[in-house]
Amino acid sequence: MSFKLFNLLVQASVWTIGISAISIGLGFLIALGLSAALLSGKAFYRRPAQFFISFFRGVPLLVQLLLIYNLLPFIGLNVPSIVAAIIGMSLCTAAYQAENLRGGFKSVPRGLIEAADMVGFTPSQLFLRIKVPIALRLTFPALVNEAIMILKSSSLVSVVGIVEITRMAQDLASSTYMPIEIFSSAALIYLVICWSVALAGRYGERALPGVAK
Amino acid sequence: MTLPAISVRNLVKRFGQTPVLQDIDLDIPEGKVSCLIGPSGSGKSTLLRCLAFLEEATEGMITVNGEALGFFENARGERERLPSTQIRAVRAQIGMVFQQFNLWPHMTALGNVSEALKTVHKVPRKEAEERAMAQLKKVGLENRAGHYPAQLSGGQQQRVAIARALALSPKIMLFDEPTSALDPELTGEVLTVMRDLAADGMTMVVVSHEIGFAATIGHQISFLDQGRLVLTGAPADVFAKPRHPRLEQFLDTYLDRGASMLA
Repeated sequence: MSFKLFNLLVQASVWTIGISAISIGLGFLIALGLSAALLSGKAFYRRPAQFFISFFRGVPLLVQLLLIYNLLPFIGLNVPSIVAAIIGMSLCTAAYQAENLRGGFKSVPRGLIEAADMVGFTPSQLFLRIKVPIALRLTFPALVNEAIMILKSSSLVSVVGIVEITRMAQDLASSTYMPIEIFSSAALIYLVICWSVALAGRYGERALPGVAK
Repeated sequence: MTLPAISVRNLVKRFGQTPVLQDIDLDIPEGKVSCLIGPSGSGKSTLLRCLAFLEEATEGMITVNGEALGFFENARGERERLPSTQIRAVRAQIGMVFQQFNLWPHMTALGNVSEALKTVHKVPRKEAEERAMAQLKKVGLENRAGHYPAQLSGGQQQRVAIARALALSPKIMLFDEPTSALDPELTGEVLTVMRDLAADGMTMVVVSHEIGFAATIGHQISFLDQGRLVLTGAPADVFAKPRHPRLEQFLDTYLDRGASMLA
């Protein structure tokens, strides 16, 4: 297999990494809101969040992507397929991350919250300065896990026409008749990306403020 | 007669149906050290937590320097909860030190002490850190300012926690078994800081198993048993023989835990 073919796969990995990174980031922000709603005492906030999560965890990502891709033009939104892909992936990972974060928020020790109450924090100051950083610490390994899952799931966005690693590999395999070499190369590229994320995650976990070295 | 720093009237606290505190009437004198002692489950920690409004009393009133804490009596004589902004305002007079220190693990010692100044009181970062540093110096930890709680001993963590409360210039300091989670050799450094604070004239309420500390530093001792205030008085009176039979029994169990000097 030529260097040129391998290089095409590496170039396609920019889409894999880009879409995954944006989806993880957007998904995290959505998940913060969702998890706050899940822990809310008011059913008005809790129920829709629960419904959202059971939908996006209960329907295969492939089906979600096809649904969103076809639904957006149907309701009059003509967006590029990359936007549909990012929306689908963000909402899906948000559902999983929200459940992780909910566990993290519930595990913030009561005493740390009482200490913040005693020095006069308002509920929003308490959330941003104490609860989020501590919940993030507690859920960090799960977050890295989710990032790796999303990286691999991004192969599904090929169905809405994004030429990322998997789609590029399929195209190259059918035009060169070298499926073994090409799919092995694709596997290797995925492995290197995911391994790097895991390594960065392990480093990042140790670098979090206040973690005993 | 001066107004008490804290005044508790007819306080009742129930967890569900279980009464934990019954008919508590107590005045905490200003500028003095008041100690709450009693066996486990006597309600002393719950009473202290009511004074901090970390627990809401089921009945009764608490006033802090004349201001109602948490609940007030409205024009119709009914007990009514105050809005949370007002609760925060009254609570601002109170500093609390916990058994488990409760330092925020993601912030350094300096961060823990300066955090509320910056976030709640909007003091500029530089000034907040200078003030925090002065408090750390007071508890002898200025050279540990950049350390995270996980890098500090229990005694050091508790001293940072005291500095964190003092940084907000409270009028009253509450201590909930401040040395119970510490190894015996680490309790001394915390008790020393508390002694200095008492000598400065801070109004303190201390829940402690350190009977020796209560007897030597305390100005007022309150003995609780089974949710009731059995007696309150000066240490000389409370510990003088003949003692209240229930107190005698309680002290017997602490003879080998620093109370031998009283036997």
